[in-house]
Amino acid sequence: MSGKDREEMPLLDPEERVKEFGEVALGYDEKKALTEAERCLNCKDPLCMQGCPVDVDIPEFIAKITEGDYDQAAQILKQKNNLPAICGRVCPQEGQCEKHCVLAKKGEPVAIGSLERFVGDYRLEHGKEPERTRELKGQQVAIVGSGPAGLTCAADLARMGYRVTIFEAFHKPGGVLMYGIPEFRLPKKIVQDEIEYVKSLGVEIRLNTVVGKTVTVDELLDEHGHGAVFISTGAGLPYFLDIPGENLKGVYSANEFLTRVNLMKAYKFPEHATPLFVGNTVAVVGGGNVAMDSARTARRMGAQKVYLVYRRSKEEMPARKEEIERAEEEGVDFRLLTNPVAIHGTDEDWVKGVELVQMELGAPDESGRSRPQPVEGSNFTLDIDTMVIAIGQGPNPLIPRSTEDLKVTKRGNIVVENDKGETDKEAVFAGGDVVTGAATVIEAMGAGKQAAQSIDEFLTSKH
Amino acid sequence: MIGEETNNVKPDLGYKIVRKEELAPNIKLFEIKAPWVAKKAAPGQFIILRVNETGERVPLTIANFNRDAGTVTIIAQEVGYTTKQLGQLREGDAVLDFVGPLGQPSELPESGTVVCIGGGIGIAPIYPQVKALSEQGINVITIVGSRSAEQLILTKDLEELSSKFYVATDDGSQGYKGFVTDILQELLNSGTNVDRVIAIGPIVMMKAVTAITQPRNIPTTVSLNSLMVDGTGMCGACRVTIGGENKFACIDGPEFDAFQVDFDEQLQRQDFYRDPEMKAMAQSHCHIGDTSERGDPRVR
Repeated sequence: MSGKDREEMPLLDPEERVKEFGEVALGYDEKKALTEAERCLNCKDPLCMQGCPVDVDIPEFIAKITEGDYDQAAQILKQKNNLPAICGRVCPQEGQCEKHCVLAKKGEPVAIGSLERFVGDYRLEHGKEPERTRELKGQQVAIVGSGPAGLTCAADLARMGYRVTIFEAFHKPGGVLMYGIPEFRLPKKIVQDEIEYVKSLGVEIRLNTVVGKTVTVDELLDEHGHGAVFISTGAGLPYFLDIPGENLKGVYSANEFLTRVNLMKAYKFPEHATPLFVGNTVAVVGGGNVAMDSARTARRMGAQKVYLVYRRSKEEMPARKEEIERAEEEGVDFRLLTNPVAIHGTDEDWVKGVELVQMELGAPDESGRSRPQPVEGSNFTLDIDTMVIAIGQGPNPLIPRSTEDLKVTKRGNIVVENDKGETDKEAVFAGGDVVTGAATVIEAMGAGKQAAQSIDEFLTSKH
Repeated sequence: MIGEETNNVKPDLGYKIVRKEELAPNIKLFEIKAPWVAKKAAPGQFIILRVNETGERVPLTIANFNRDAGTVTIIAQEVGYTTKQLGQLREGDAVLDFVGPLGQPSELPESGTVVCIGGGIGIAPIYPQVKALSEQGINVITIVGSRSAEQLILTKDLEELSSKFYVATDDGSQGYKGFVTDILQELLNSGTNVDRVIAIGPIVMMKAVTAITQPRNIPTTVSLNSLMVDGTGMCGACRVTIGGENKFACIDGPEFDAFQVDFDEQLQRQDFYRDPEMKAMAQSHCHIGDTSERGDPRVR
């Protein structure tokens, strides 16, 4: 059985897919799922689970697929992972569960992510909603932010019987799953359906509420009767390059670019009222998943030419390999080992070119990657009319600014005392990107899970 | 107008318009029920609203608030798509989303003489500042200006709260014929002692006020109504150069020390979505009203 090749994930044709925002990876059908599930050796000591930040019982759920018992498979997944249809799509499995799969030693690992997606989607289509928790506890918990960390923490606490309210600044829940990750990679309907599941557990979501402005963390604790607060506000503050010309028209942060398209649906303008100007020639700066998302979005918004400007080489790119491949298939022109030094504008202050310098790789830096150094006198200019800066995000400052005794790092990340997510402020917990800096959906979910445990321990010890 | 992806995760039935008034042609006041926002609102702050499911998020400065009634008042000039959409709503209707208060509250002086200048729709956000200052017993001189008499708003209320009150119109149809800056210049020339100037209005106006106050070293505050999407520091669309440093109007402002503001950059940036390509796009596809100024940040 294990000698078989991995079942390929069917994809939309690159030439077709850049014309629209439909999902690129089409998912397994039942036959493919079954064939792939049968590749699993169902190891006694499953190494794959070591790579899962939320401890999904991987061989178990896969075994249920081979039995055709998808309901049971879904239940096993859901015990540990509240958002399988999402994780099946966006988790970097190649660096987690699939990396540890025994089959990976000699060939290709079981496509755990694709199977997870299959089961997650099956449940969204056919699954029954869960029963509400038997016994409600009196205590209330406030969760700040409805991204992956917040949703996970909320769902787990609701299952334990706590009354949970999520406070979300935007008009739709989901955080980065809604504003950041594009429709063609993670359909928004899937996100909202998964959130419906979390709500069905009894979680309330209060939209349009900016904690730090509309209400403070202290008020949630002292006036609104929450026994604990979990801060999961993500990494929402865009970094800029700090080079001349960055405020020219046509220069966006990836956050703005993607939010206009994903959350505000600028790709359906003018039916949806939010516009986004995308010219013919776009440069995206950065080498992470957000940069790939921006480049691929620019193609779909009509750009004929999209450059991806990255200061190191492809090997150092933090983006998932599969995202890099998709971008290449879609005609994104990678300008590796180049770095912007200035952005030039027209007389009317529209961007017209980006001046780049060639880079060469030197000795490794703290991150273990080779440190890029500019090659003197190698400057050249690319003619562009749109530029997207995707070089990372920091934590949003609104909560630290409005919560006096909350310890933050120099970069503004909330400091937690230990891996339980406890901050040094009583009854306040934090997790996800706001603690770690920009990371993955599943790591944020792991932190949310951990925090739910800690909050339960904290509240139990108080009563 | 409800889009196909209407979703059941909605705020509590939207935010109801409890009072609507037409203050001037195309300038409308909306008192909106939003108790959480009202509880925290302070002069200088703004809200972001979205009329319906397919709507754009638009920032509007808070013109008044009533904590007891749980309401927040905004005043909008119908210059773009969303403000026109808003203008069609009636008392009893609701806007789908209403979030705030956003931005830093004004740092109002505690003594001295303050000149408050409101230009055009900028008269609306100057009102809560004049009110707060006057309630603290500060001597407030107010200057308001607009193209012509019919666009002037809140004059009666402002006059009552101010020790001196001046009006300037471009066409002379009310008050002085000329600009608010002419009156400011005149006041200063005649020896009026001014400790602080607060100016809110079109960027050219705020720039012109600063050109007068800076040489005399009179501390001046302006409020920037930059383009925004989220209003919480996330998108960076509202970035503005302040003293050579990049700041976000939504979380660091919207009010800034006028002497530090790069007004020319702001002038350019506010045209982002008014440029020809965008216009063409809007006009060729759009079926609702005049969208030539869609995306105009100067909605307040």
